[in-house]
Formats: sequence, C-alpha cells, structure tokens
Amino acid sequence: MIDLDTFRSETRAWLASNCPPSMRLPLEDDEDRCWGGRNWKFKSDDQKLWLARMAERGWTAPSWPKEYGGGGLSRDEAKVLREEMRAINARSPLDSFGIWMLGPALLKYGTEEQKRKYLPEITRGEIRWCQGYSEPNSGSDLASLQTRAEDQGDHFLVNGQKVWTSYADKADWIFCLVRTDFSAPKHNGISFVLFDMQSPGVSTRPIVLISGKSPFCETFFDGVRVPKENLVGELNKGWDVAKYLLTHEREMISGIGLSAGRPLGHVAADTVGTEDGLLADPLLRAQIAAFDLDAAAFQLALERVGDLAKAKQGHPAMSSMLKYYGAELNKRRHELLMLAGGSDALEWEGERSRGGDRARSWLRTKANSIEGGTSEVQLNIIAKRLLELPGA
Amino acid sequence: MALVLDEQQAMLQESARNFLADKAPVAHLRKLRDSRDADGFSRDLWKEFAGMGFTGVLVPEEHGGLGLGNVEAGTIMEEIGRNLTPSPFLSTAIVGVSALLCANGERKSELLPKIATGDLLMALAVDERAKHGPRQVALSAKRSGNGFALSGTKTFVVDGHVADLLIVAARTGGAPGETDGLTLFLVDPKTKGLDVERTIMVDSHNAARLTFDNVHVDADAVLGEVDGGWSVLEAVLNVGRGAVAAELVGCGEETFGRTVSYLKERKQFGRAIGEFQALQHRAAHLYSEIEITRAAVLKALQQLDQKPEKAAPFVAIAKARAGKTATLAVQEAVQMHGGIGMTDEIDIGLFMKRVRVAEELFGDANFHADRLARLKQY
Repeated sequence: MIDLDTFRSETRAWLASNCPPSMRLPLEDDEDRCWGGRNWKFKSDDQKLWLARMAERGWTAPSWPKEYGGGGLSRDEAKVLREEMRAINARSPLDSFGIWMLGPALLKYGTEEQKRKYLPEITRGEIRWCQGYSEPNSGSDLASLQTRAEDQGDHFLVNGQKVWTSYADKADWIFCLVRTDFSAPKHNGISFVLFDMQSPGVSTRPIVLISGKSPFCETFFDGVRVPKENLVGELNKGWDVAKYLLTHEREMISGIGLSAGRPLGHVAADTVGTEDGLLADPLLRAQIAAFDLDAAAFQLALERVGDLAKAKQGHPAMSSMLKYYGAELNKRRHELLMLAGGSDALEWEGERSRGGDRARSWLRTKANSIEGGTSEVQLNIIAKRLLELPGA
Repeated sequence: MALVLDEQQAMLQESARNFLADKAPVAHLRKLRDSRDADGFSRDLWKEFAGMGFTGVLVPEEHGGLGLGNVEAGTIMEEIGRNLTPSPFLSTAIVGVSALLCANGERKSELLPKIATGDLLMALAVDERAKHGPRQVALSAKRSGNGFALSGTKTFVVDGHVADLLIVAARTGGAPGETDGLTLFLVDPKTKGLDVERTIMVDSHNAARLTFDNVHVDADAVLGEVDGGWSVLEAVLNVGRGAVAAELVGCGEETFGRTVSYLKERKQFGRAIGEFQALQHRAAHLYSEIEITRAAVLKALQQLDQKPEKAAPFVAIAKARAGKTATLAVQEAVQMHGGIGMTDEIDIGLFMKRVRVAEELFGDANFHADRLARLKQY
C-alpha cells in the first residue's frame, strides 16, 4: 500500500507517457467512444492502444479486484486516477455496460466461476453487453415483466420480448430478466440470466428515435436455449440482482449531467456575443448562471454521496436522488444549449452542424428522465425509502 | 478531503445541538419577541455560549479560543438555524473574529480574548442600500487631525444596536463601485456624531441603521491598510456568507423535518396526506435539493479553511443554493401545513421569516449567481 501522494505522482507520470495525445481531445461525437466487443472496429490506432494500455493495468475497471482484470485500487486511489485523467482531458478508454452495470452485480451475486469467466474479458473490452430489462408492457412497473424461461432440465427455454435494449444490435451478450415462476407474486418469480446474442432464436430490430438515431432496439426471444450455469444468483431471486444493478445504472446516468465540454457561458458567447466581458443577453446569462450553480452543487453531492457510503453513513436510495437530479440537470443543460444556439442549433444535416449534432443530442437527453427508472419512479423511491411516507 | 464531518466535528455539532435545543429552542426567540426585549438576545445565554467555547470557536488558542475552523463554526450555525436562536454569534464570533484576525498583533491580543470570554460584541457595517453591494460603499472617511472623519449611513447592520465595537467599511479613495479606496475602521459606537437606530426586523433578530455625522476616529482605528480594505472585506464577507449558508441549511432541514412529520400525522379524506403522490413528489424533490445544498455548503466551509484564496466560487455556490433551498423549504412547509401553517402559533412562519432575512444577508441568490458567472468569465 503506497501513500496517495506517491500514487498520484506515479499515476500522473504514467498517464503522461501512455495516454496518446489524440485520446486527450474532446469527444467530437458518439462515434469517438470506444465500446469494444467481438465486432468492434477501432476508430484509430490510438484508440486501440489506449484501451490496451489501460486494460493491461486493470484501469478500465479501476476498483475491481486484480484477479478479475480490475485495478485493485481503493476508493481513494480510484478517485485520484479519475482526477488525474480529468486533468489531462483523457478520454474514457472503454465505455461499457459490462463495467458500469453487470460487473458490480456479478461481483456481488456471481459464482467464482462466473466471475472468472466474464469479468476479465469485460475489462479488456472483448465483449459488449446489453441489458434486457424493459418490455412493451413493463416499463416503470418493471417487475411485471412477462418474458418466460421454462426449466428444461439442463437449460432454460426463453420466449418473449424486450424493448429499449440499448445497442442490442451491436452487443455480444445480454444480461436479462426473465420470469421463472408465474404463480409467485411478481417480485418473487424473476430470475437473472446471461446469454449470447448469437444464440439461435434471438433477433433485434432498431427503433428510430426522435433524434433520428437508433441507440435502442426491440429484442425478440423465440425458443432461446440458455444453459443453467448462466443463472446469476438464486432462481426466482433475480429481482435482488436487478435492483442492485439498477442502483449502478442510476449512478451511471446521474453522472451525465456533468458532461464535460466548454462552459455553457462560453458556448453562448459564440452566438449572443459579450459586452464588457459579460454575455450580451442578460436573461440567458442569468439562466446559465442558475444552471451552473446547480450543476456545481450536484457534482459536490455526487462526491459527498460516495464519501457518505465510505463512512457508512449513506443510504442506497440516495442513488435515486442522484439519478433524478442528474437527469433533470442534463435535460436543462441541453435546453440551454439549444436556447444559446438559436437557429444555428436547429440545422439537422450537413457539415456545419456536424450532422445536426446539437439538436440530436438535445432530443436524446429527453430519455434521461425515462431510462433507468423515470424521474417519477425515483421520487417514489425517495418518498418511500428515505422519507418513509405512508403508502409510498 | 471527504465531504463528511469528521468525528470531532460531528461531536461538536452534537453538543451544539443538545445545548441549543435545551437552552434556546424556538420558544426562546418567541419569548424575546413577545416581551419586546431591549437587547433582542439573552446575555445570560451568550455567557453560556462562552462557557461552551462557542464564542471563541475561531479564536486562536493563544488568544483563549478553541482555534477551530469554518467547518466547526458552521456546525454551530446550522444548529442556530435549526432553533432560530438569536445571538451575536455570527456578527461577533465569526465575522468579528475573522476581521480581527487581519488586525495588528496588539489589537488581536487586546480584543480576541474578550470575544472568547463573551465580553465583547461586534458588528460589521458594510451595506448602505437595500440590496447587498460591498463595492457600492460610499460612506466617506476624510483625513482629519490625527485620524479620519466619517460621514454617511449604514443599514442592515446585524447586531449593530448591541455591539461594543463596530467594523465600518468606508471610502478613503475611489468611487462607489470601485474596489480600490476602501478602508475598514474599528469604531466605538458611543463616539460623538454616531447615531444607532435599532431596526425591528421581520424575523425578530437584531439589526440597526447607523448614521455617521463627522464621526472622528484616530489613525489607529484602521483595520488593515488604508485604501486596501477590499481584500480583507471580501475575505470576511466570504466567511460570513459560508456561515449564513450553514444557518440556512439548518433552517431548511428543520422545517423540512417538521413538514415530513406533519405529512405523516395530518389526516384528510380518511388518510394521512403524506399518502398523496402530489405531496410525496414535492417532498422528495425538496429532500434532493437539501442534500445537494448540504454538499455545496460543506465544501465551501472546507475550502474556507483549506484554501481560502480559492474559496470564492464555492462560497457563491453555497450561499446561492442555501438561500434558494431554504426558501423552497419554508414555502413548501407553509403550503403543506395548510391553514395551520399561516398561524403564529406554530413555528413554521418564524422559519419563513428568518430565511427571508438570511437570504438577503451578504447577498441573495441572484447576487451570488452573478458572482459565479463573473468568476467563470461570462
């Protein structure tokens, strides 16, 4: 165990010599993100190199144990790594539902065999996961899901449909909630299973969203055979795994309200101009300043919730507060970006607008308060679990 | 540094919580208000503050204090907010002490121990207009004899009518709106030509208007440098802003706690009103605002202790957020309490009144949003 200052200086030095310069430039668009997986085509040699170097150190999943491909860092060390990466604007080497969502659930509920099988390839970016949760008739009421998995001795036979499956058409494997007991109360008949998206009977259909893009799919299961060893946690206790994973999903989504990039006040100056160093549109300036106050405070709250957890003073439902607030903030940020951009921000095609990037991103954020549990569901959770209000 | 209180800070908060809930709950404020007490605070209670070490929380140990920081002072402020305790703690133990820490050694040795023992009350006189604007100071200090002659007015001087010593921001040069040419003076309120008018405020806490008519002070009344008062004033105001933000957290959280209890108790349509989702969601939103503000306020207080030269943006965020959040908390509290929330009998209205005053004190949310925007250069 080395002290934090030494760790910081070593980390800084390592990043300085190992993070390729092109991996320190702001992301131009979603295409610049590295998702990895069996069929991944690296956008550049630097992207590939950066992933390989970080994975080698276990730093794609810094706080996971080393034996599963993680970095084995303490919370404080992981924080130092984040800070040092931010200081040089280093891009994330790997964006991964495996790291953000499945991994934490496997670490808690998986068997030793499952951990050894799945976690290392997640950290190396060799496998891309998608999440099979929502169904056409099970949105906010997720536990009412109907996708069925019948016990066939050595395997389950899965039939049903998922929806809003992010990147299902690009994913290699899916972690999926299925009903294994139809007679039990809805929360008690759900199991959590993993399977290969290339299994016979799996098909996907992208859904075109208001942004014109298709990050989500409908996913169909028609007699898919899932080996029994792919069950995570106990049979019919999948809801516990699902909920645990959802807290990680909420934390992931709550972080997006902080999306880096140029300060809003400076972006707005491009279109509305300045007078004596202040934004020339005083009402827009006031709105941006009010946003900045809330965004800065929210960033500190994210930090504090982590510190509270470490000091054993936290509450798991605080992730609902962060998810709720982060999602609403990100929507607000993009409304302001549109307001600041005026008619320039309305262009939908062409080079000048980079394919309508600002407008498409704005539309995309509208899902923030729906995905991973709507804002209203988060408020229900806060009312029930933190405030203990009756009937909540 | 972790954004949680350490063990010692948590213990101090707990002792302040128990002490204030016992000695100076909201009923204490009501009693002072209803008896039209001449001081508007309890001198006996102030002596007990001294006995607890609170008055000297920021006073260095060599001057008889506890030598603690803004985080610790903030825990006491939060409890003061929870109990609406009127006391010169902010004006004397926080603002007064942090100003005196910039004074020369002799002054410090003379005055700081008196604060620690509860024998000296101070007040900061900065604003002259209805809205906070430290750059707008116009009160003039002209060289005269072996010192200066002060002329002008000050308003919203917290504890101004009970202070034994005033810190007065005056203009020795420059023009209102400029930061150069400001000088801080330590002024005896009994000096000839100085009129002190107590102003009864909506929150039943203490404030005064001061009128200076050629008030003579000696050259050694200057605190810091002539014409160079701005940096001290800014630093002192930031300490005060952080403290008021902590008080607002206490006000907001106490009001919120009382409101959530009421939602569980009050029955209409045959059930607790807290069962209605319309109210649940508003309460859950308010909870989120309070938690997020708490993080911002603690960060500002830590920053004032660790890196005061970099505290300004954090203080702006904290004071703005604290004012807005506490304002939301008291507004929701009255609405959710319904008719009973409008009565003088229950305390919710007293919290609303105090929050309105604390929101104005040392700059409202708009003032601090503007400050943040300027610091971020837009």
